[in-house]
Amino acid sequence: MAVVFERPKALLDVPFHYCPGCTHGIVHRLVAEAIDELGIEGRTVGIAPVGCSVMAYDYFACDMIEAAHGRAPAVATGVKRSDPDNLIVFTYQGDGDLASIGTAETVHAAARNENITIIFINNAIYGMTGGQMAPTSLPGQVTQTSPYGRDPKACGYPVKICEMLAQLEGPEYLERVTVNSVAHVRAAKKAIKKAFQNQIDGKGFSLIEVLSSCPTNWGMTPKKAMEWIDEKMIPYYPLGVYKDRSAGIGPGLGGKEDK
Amino acid sequence: MAKVTFRTDECKGCGLCIDACPKGILKLSEETINKKGHHPAECADPDACVGCASCALMCPDCIITVER
Amino acid sequence: MAEKVLMKGNEAIAEAAIMAGCRHYFGYPITPQTEIAAYMAKRMPKIGGTFLQAESEIAAINMVYGVSSAGKRVMTSSSSPGISLKGEGISYLAGTDLPAVIVNAQRGGPGLGGIQPSQSDYFQATRGGGHGDYHIIVLAPSSVQEMAELTIKAFELADEYLMPAMVLADGTTGQMMEPVSFDFEIKEPPAKPWATTGTKCQRPHNIANSLYLDPEKLERINNVRFARYEVIKDKEQRAEEYLTEDADIVVAAFGISARIAKNAVDAACAKGIKAGLIRPITLWPFPDKAFKKAAEHAKRFISVELSMGQMIEDVRLATECKVPVELCYRVGGMIPSPQQVLEAIEKAAKEVK
Repeated sequence: MAVVFERPKALLDVPFHYCPGCTHGIVHRLVAEAIDELGIEGRTVGIAPVGCSVMAYDYFACDMIEAAHGRAPAVATGVKRSDPDNLIVFTYQGDGDLASIGTAETVHAAARNENITIIFINNAIYGMTGGQMAPTSLPGQVTQTSPYGRDPKACGYPVKICEMLAQLEGPEYLERVTVNSVAHVRAAKKAIKKAFQNQIDGKGFSLIEVLSSCPTNWGMTPKKAMEWIDEKMIPYYPLGVYKDRSAGIGPGLGGKEDK
Repeated sequence: MAKVTFRTDECKGCGLCIDACPKGILKLSEETINKKGHHPAECADPDACVGCASCALMCPDCIITVER
Repeated sequence: MAEKVLMKGNEAIAEAAIMAGCRHYFGYPITPQTEIAAYMAKRMPKIGGTFLQAESEIAAINMVYGVSSAGKRVMTSSSSPGISLKGEGISYLAGTDLPAVIVNAQRGGPGLGGIQPSQSDYFQATRGGGHGDYHIIVLAPSSVQEMAELTIKAFELADEYLMPAMVLADGTTGQMMEPVSFDFEIKEPPAKPWATTGTKCQRPHNIANSLYLDPEKLERINNVRFARYEVIKDKEQRAEEYLTEDADIVVAAFGISARIAKNAVDAACAKGIKAGLIRPITLWPFPDKAFKKAAEHAKRFISVELSMGQMIEDVRLATECKVPVELCYRVGGMIPSPQQVLEAIEKAAKEVK
């Protein structure tokens, strides 16, 4: 019998510290599989900013950099500019990091069409610090800092990163995926691999937003959390390609949305 | 014929592989508790496994190897 | 005689950085240092370098962090409020033992302050400015020639000791023009095997990181770093000692205020007062050796600063308060006249008789 599925090489043999059922582990594997399949581990540098996934620097076999909260796109810009022809640079950021404190860095790296790959984990909560409201928390969602449910009158509406960045002329590729089912995991893998391929081809800023679960801080079982993604998150954050310059998809690119 | 192997001591008993298995042959073992204090996942009917790797695709800790 | 070029201080810094092999610069507009960014915007593209105007000083210092992690010489510049924004990033550079050069052309503060020269970021520069126990090397130019010279020195010391180095200038030294010679001998930067340049699948991965959840590890890292700081304090102190051998009144002043103080010292000597000047060139490591030596005979120190009195504390610490130290200052962008400093020297001279 041949091995048809095993742990990717770009993932070091180190157990994850993530909570049981946390989808960070799935997305880590997809990133590592993409790195393996594209044969770029030796030239890849990953940026892991503050958040549950900061410890990703212990999990990926490629060179890694720990970045200040929100600043990964800027750090990635520096790394990429230090050796643009050889290095493949990716960031792996949570929603607190990318959509809150790091919003400016996100918007401007996109506007510059910086040739980097951003893996954006949207689990609608701050995980590492114990379940606070994030800019992506849904209206009515109960968290440590929205104990009566997020009230848009008091603290506004969720930030839809793909839709927002799609208005910019800069970015090359924006897609939202999820990993709450086998089919979705396969689609997410394709998207992540494409985001890395875009960088290899020099096409520029590619961001994959991955709707992810946080069983512990959502107060759900891993299974229920996966269902919650279907019931609550996908309706609010529709999956799909929000921009693909090369394929003419995106606002103002003459695609179907412009009709 | 197909075979699924689990790195039992690293399983966190999240059960996502169980929901993903189209043959419904995975379960958390009642008898054993692994080093992490979880009931690890195991295959209750190895012969019925078709090696589709759905379980491995869903495993957040990447501890499942599938052969076919 | 080396060929000299008439140049603004800010531009001399930029050209010197390029000479030192810096091929990556990230800036953001803020008076009185924006010429550095404008100069880099013109020069870097022509030499295959990177110039990028970042979206903020915070983004800029983190871009610096990225380039430095990848083992390349890199610089950013700003002025006082911008340096405050870079505080966290500078702490990360120090906590990750990464070299980088940061230029601060100081302006009046606090808050938005003014755009005239100042030296009121002395504490911010020499006491860290960000969180945690750390220091950065701080060099204080007082001429356009030194703006160039100390920028190159900053790159060398940053690489040698694996830490950020700051060129602490001010609006005056940045804006004024003086002839400058670029006849410098540039040493090859040391190898950086720790850099995140891609493993090429030939080595284990490198991690640039300052997170240590294990307290024992974090303590050890701090102790190792501070042992290195002791070496720097011992080997890298630099100061100009002018007529201090037997001076009764020793003026302490750096940067632009040192030029004014020197005129006052000369005027005092002409009047028969035994006055001298110690001009710290390294503000960290503070040149306490020079002050200890002078304190053996000096009867009074006068710290001349464009601040409400910051370096004065280091002078007191260096002389262990054995000798009285007074402050002679202007702030807000006002600059003391030589006359004001001379009067302070004369007053001190009368009191010590």
